[in-house]
Amino acid sequence: MIKQGSEVTQMDKQQAKIIMAGFGGQGIVVIGNILARGCVIEDKNVTGMVSYGAEMRGGTANATVVLSDEEIASPYVVHPTHAIILNHPSLDRFEPELVEGGLVLLNTSLMQRDVERKDLEQIKIAATEIAHELGNLKVANIVALGAFIRHTGLLKMKSIEQGIGTLFAAKKPALVGLNLKALAAGAARSVFEPATAKASLG
Amino acid sequence: MGHKILLKGNEVMAEAAVQAGCRFFAGYPITPQNEVPEYMSKRLPEVGGVFVQAESELAAINMVFGASASGARCMTSSSSPGISLKQEGISYIAGAELPCVIANMQRGGPGLGNIRASQADYFQAVKGGGHGDYRVIVLGPSTLPELYQLTMNAFDWADFYRNPVMILGDGILGQMAEPVELSPYKPIVNLPEKDFVLDGCKGREPRVVKTLVLKPADGLVAHNEHLQEKYQRIEDELSLCAEYETADADIVVAAYGITARVAKGAVRMAREKGIAAGLIRPITLWPFPKSLFLSIAQTASQVLVVEMSHGQFIEDVKLAMNCALPVEFLGKGGGWYPTEEVILEKIEAMAQAYAVSGKETNKCRH
Repeated sequence: MIKQGSEVTQMDKQQAKIIMAGFGGQGIVVIGNILARGCVIEDKNVTGMVSYGAEMRGGTANATVVLSDEEIASPYVVHPTHAIILNHPSLDRFEPELVEGGLVLLNTSLMQRDVERKDLEQIKIAATEIAHELGNLKVANIVALGAFIRHTGLLKMKSIEQGIGTLFAAKKPALVGLNLKALAAGAARSVFEPATAKASLG
Repeated sequence: MGHKILLKGNEVMAEAAVQAGCRFFAGYPITPQNEVPEYMSKRLPEVGGVFVQAESELAAINMVFGASASGARCMTSSSSPGISLKQEGISYIAGAELPCVIANMQRGGPGLGNIRASQADYFQAVKGGGHGDYRVIVLGPSTLPELYQLTMNAFDWADFYRNPVMILGDGILGQMAEPVELSPYKPIVNLPEKDFVLDGCKGREPRVVKTLVLKPADGLVAHNEHLQEKYQRIEDELSLCAEYETADADIVVAAYGITARVAKGAVRMAREKGIAAGLIRPITLWPFPKSLFLSIAQTASQVLVVEMSHGQFIEDVKLAMNCALPVEFLGKGGGWYPTEEVILEKIEAMAQAYAVSGKETNKCRH
């Protein structure tokens, strides 16, 4: 699915079904929004869905983004190809749902265990700790996004930077710089681990 | 223009309404359509329009009734339980022959149900909903670019036929985001002069907008006949349908709205597996595009109806095809979503059963 350890600029002609999950307030919806903006910038087809329900602050939140070079059928994702997991409860919930040979990004700062499945590729990033070092816990989501983009190459880092620019420029222009810094830190300080067992084909 | 922006379905619909000249919106909050009133409350004042958060759904639809009688392009939106509450008003507006647009971003029912997406208000939308012999033009958009276009068209058809038009969406269509090009509004029909508007009768004969017809004794009979003539005209003139890979298809999937876009993905997957599948997707749910279904009945071998309800849309499919083909069903209510894989499984099972039964199938071109 991804090329190990290198920055990939071209994705194969395929669909990525990405789920982002964490606590409410961790900025799950924001990174979904930035990813989708990146797709619009690169003229890819994209759909986004935010889980809606009787949600509350501190509860779990998730958003899905489907991106594709071809027409997207369902915006609703049951088995994601990629998961950006920002807290422990979300790992428990979504690890079993990932497709065989899928990729999971873990915010290791908030995990109490490793990934159990052997067929999953992993990106590990201490997103919350890095955000703390940067002086604002709220950018842990962007740190994770930086790591995700660097190792998956689903979109160009430049498109994500541009997406951050347009999202924050209108309401909070002062935050653009900090978020770009967080994005770069995430890209630089993440670790990729290949699957330990090969996914069976078919 | 020419560039795409990312919006939620509810916002796409609201912006399309504003572009089309909607200047009055009244609504009452309900998930999953809350972005519509939210967007309108901000946007309408910018263009000199009026937004009212009404005290109830009943009040909202009756404010729309009044706004329409005074000549404004007007709209209300809600989701299933709220749309049930509006039915009395919709019957009155249809009876008074006033134009307006009503959006239903359907959620799970019956009763208060839940807030997941559903298509279980199909009967209510296309068969009446309120009391009396009336019809509402019902549109079933499948993507956000189509939602944008159809919302603008809805205002034209409402004015052209002096009839309520309903946009029958669902929670996913309302909540999902997709890039849309916000192309400028262009009327698609010659809009008639609004000669019914109550705007002060100084210098002209007074006008009356009403639904109570007591005199003459057969006045309501005549009014109903007039309405039926209009509905017949709408059926003759307005029926929209999309087809995908139906020309050589053995198995045609029939679906509308959000379900149809998922079904299209399943049809593509079936084609890759060598199954001659196709898709027929009504865009107008009333009038139902009967003639296209009739021609499908002559070329295909089997039909699969997929809907997010327990068998409502399927009745119109069977009626339109005079039950000429075997029709299989895949659907559930209460917030069940079909995936491409589930639909594909059903298509494969149908293809296999058909092969076993020894009938020859059309060869797939791919």
